[in-house]
Amino acid sequence: MTTLATTGDAFVATRDTAADSHGAAAASQRTAATPQFYVLDEHPHPAGYSTPLGFWLYIMSDCLLFSVLFATYGVLGGNYAAGPSPRDLFDLPLVAVNTTMLLLSSITYGFAMLAMQDNRAGRVQMWLAVTAFFGLCFIGIELYEFADFIRQGATPQRSAFLSSFFTLVGTHGLHVTTGLVWMVTLMTQVARYGLIEANRRRLMCLSMFWHFLDVVWIGVFTFVYLMGMLR
Amino acid sequence: MLENNSTLLKFIFGRFTLDALPIHEPILVVTFIMVALGGTAVLGALTYFRLWGYLWREWFTSIDHKRIGIMYMVLGIIMLLRGFADALMMRAQQALAFGGSEGFLPAHHYDQVFTAHGVIMIFFVAMPMIVGLINIVVPLQIGARDVSFPFLNNFSFWMTVAGAIIVMISLFVGVFARTGWLAYPPLSEYAYSPDVGVDYYIWGLQVAGLGTLLSGVNFVCTIVKLRAPGMTIMKMPIFTWTALCTNILIVAAFPILTAVLALLTLDRYVGTDFFTNDFGGNPMMYVNLIWIWGHPEVYILILPAFGVFSEVTATFCGKRLFGYTSMVYATVVITILSYLVWLHHFFTMGSGASVNSFFGITTMIISIPTGAKMFNWLFTMYRGRIRFELPMMWTIAFMITFVIGGMTGVLLAVPPADFELHNSLFLIAHFHNVIIGGVLFGMFAGINYWFPKAFGFRLDPFWGKLSFWFWVVGFYFAFMPLYVLGLMGVTRRLRVFDIPSLHIWFIIAAFGALLIAAGIGCFLVQIGVSVLKREELRDTTGDPWNGRTLEWSTSSPPPAYNFAFTPIVYSADAWWDMKERGYHRPLTGFRPIPMPRNTPTGIILGGLSVAFSFGMIWYIWWLAALGFIGAIAVGIAHTFNYKREYDFSADDIARTEAARTHLLGAKA
Repeated sequence: MTTLATTGDAFVATRDTAADSHGAAAASQRTAATPQFYVLDEHPHPAGYSTPLGFWLYIMSDCLLFSVLFATYGVLGGNYAAGPSPRDLFDLPLVAVNTTMLLLSSITYGFAMLAMQDNRAGRVQMWLAVTAFFGLCFIGIELYEFADFIRQGATPQRSAFLSSFFTLVGTHGLHVTTGLVWMVTLMTQVARYGLIEANRRRLMCLSMFWHFLDVVWIGVFTFVYLMGMLR
Repeated sequence: MLENNSTLLKFIFGRFTLDALPIHEPILVVTFIMVALGGTAVLGALTYFRLWGYLWREWFTSIDHKRIGIMYMVLGIIMLLRGFADALMMRAQQALAFGGSEGFLPAHHYDQVFTAHGVIMIFFVAMPMIVGLINIVVPLQIGARDVSFPFLNNFSFWMTVAGAIIVMISLFVGVFARTGWLAYPPLSEYAYSPDVGVDYYIWGLQVAGLGTLLSGVNFVCTIVKLRAPGMTIMKMPIFTWTALCTNILIVAAFPILTAVLALLTLDRYVGTDFFTNDFGGNPMMYVNLIWIWGHPEVYILILPAFGVFSEVTATFCGKRLFGYTSMVYATVVITILSYLVWLHHFFTMGSGASVNSFFGITTMIISIPTGAKMFNWLFTMYRGRIRFELPMMWTIAFMITFVIGGMTGVLLAVPPADFELHNSLFLIAHFHNVIIGGVLFGMFAGINYWFPKAFGFRLDPFWGKLSFWFWVVGFYFAFMPLYVLGLMGVTRRLRVFDIPSLHIWFIIAAFGALLIAAGIGCFLVQIGVSVLKREELRDTTGDPWNGRTLEWSTSSPPPAYNFAFTPIVYSADAWWDMKERGYHRPLTGFRPIPMPRNTPTGIILGGLSVAFSFGMIWYIWWLAALGFIGAIAVGIAHTFNYKREYDFSADDIARTEAARTHLLGAKA
């Protein structure tokens, strides 16, 4: 068989003449020349074996969702429809404070992860609480900014620029809010079950999610706010 | 007082009124009565035979990939009947509406019918069948016990069902979209479609799309992480390869659909200006974005079909697949190129000669890897010992039909030609040519091929052949006339015709649709007859076709744990290799296998999604809020369940395997 010649890596292909006897345990029948066709002492994949890859894939798909919103902002962001432009609206110092909140929350989440490495559940909870506090500040300042715009008549309905602005920034804000709900859930679970393997994995996933939102915000800050002021 | 009352009614029912029930539409009333009678009969029978508990325990809450796959297939087949009923109505309408006749469908109904036909056939027939086949086959082919995230798999399935239910509700409560299957703005904007039709469309697709995306993540992980030892990436069976590429496409395309539909939702519900004609909106932005999802989507559908044909050709020619490596590269090249062609769906947008040339050329280039695949299948057949079983017959019908569809596709890729043929029946003929001739024929090949693996008995070949011939002949009768009509300049979605010379072609097409109806009927009879004759058609060996890949190494149907011992792989045709080199089934030394536990969370979340969507569609805000908060609460509660696995005991495995030994021995 030519197929065998090309596929038999380290093994010599032998045809067992007693192939149709199903009687005895195959393991005892094996000779040195017959390849082993199944794993005898198997260690099944541990729970959560695929989770890091799966979560990365999810984050990449989320990244695509944001890229659609960025592209939409890129195309429609200059369509003011005789309404306010970024320069009329944006308050850079406020956005700088807001950015600081989010970046600080990323650092504190990092401290939570370090505490997790040291197996100190109390510290993890403390740093998660600090992270959640900064996250809440971020959401609060963002809502204040939105309310301010709307009070000035710069509503999402006013122009395609404002529609895409509110949607891009708002979607990011919604993600942060989701992250906060998740964080509270996880804090409850750590309090109840401790730093067990499943909870460590979940903390790791939320960590990736939280830092990802930071990266997206850097994009928002640069493309929407900074470049908006240059428009 | 009266005013108070109406405010209260508005709060409770949103914009739903009794007028939304189509009691003045005789066609819908008759349909409703038939569905109600049929539904009552089915529910009554399930209750009478006390099957609810069984269905709930063994199927609805099951997170066994094989059962979920079968449920996906059932969903696809049920929705095929609905989608095909729409097709028959369209064919009848166009065959009748000549010589001053208006036909039998009023415009507002006809427009819903063609929209629903497209949406249902793509999202709720082709997608569930593809995902269903992948579910049944891929974990078995890679020697895995289940998928990476078994609960997520069940959840994905129920989200797909929820989307289908939302679309089906629109048949009897309110209306469906009248916009065509991609709901282009500005027609789909609130200003031009203020009724619930587009909202049904949006929420149905959002819910189902979420399920598809998660299932995509799940299968990429499964294929990357859970392959049996020894199965390097170039030793994966071709179907698994195409499944991998398809699921990568899903992960990389469906977020775009989610995002663009969300933007349309904002336009309709909040009054933003993304795709409006005024305030700086740009409708072509929608068309671009939806096709950046839409073009990969057609490759999501066709790639697994290519995989099926590769497996079938190799098995039924008794030969190793010709050009395995080139097949893999062709698949990957198609995967990448599918992102670089979306603009060919709207050359007439007017983006200029350079842009159109670029997309025209990339489109034509896709025919090269596809052609390479075609030659690989031909060379596999060459000097093979071909067995003309049903899967092989479907494969040959595919090869002939798909080549015709591919060539008309290359024709459409030429921008100047496309300016003439854009939105004509020529285009309709082309994409039905590739989707029926490619995807659907592939699914029938796959169903006939893997049915014995899933159920333990083969499908009856007589009724299968009848179905095959009705389908294939019916396809040519139904769609070749549309090429002619398209070249004569007839555009798509027309309801009434004035030119008598066109009539004959529509009559031929309607006749073809009737033949296809007979084909679908024979297919259903085939399943029924096979169930009745299951003892005669029983597959005791687990390997009825003398197969080549790992799914044939286990019993039919496989035990819950798939493989008592994880196989070790040395070749792309792992099972063939095992048979050649004297493989012995292990009979002792079993160990307990950790298995995922069933859970009702998926079906509950699906139900809450339907409630949420129904509330959003009809502006019943309390219901939407309840559905949304309920779904989040149930989702969070599910994360508090840490005990998701149980051990399938070694004794049970020994019993199951002994039964199989007995079956194998009885045959020998």
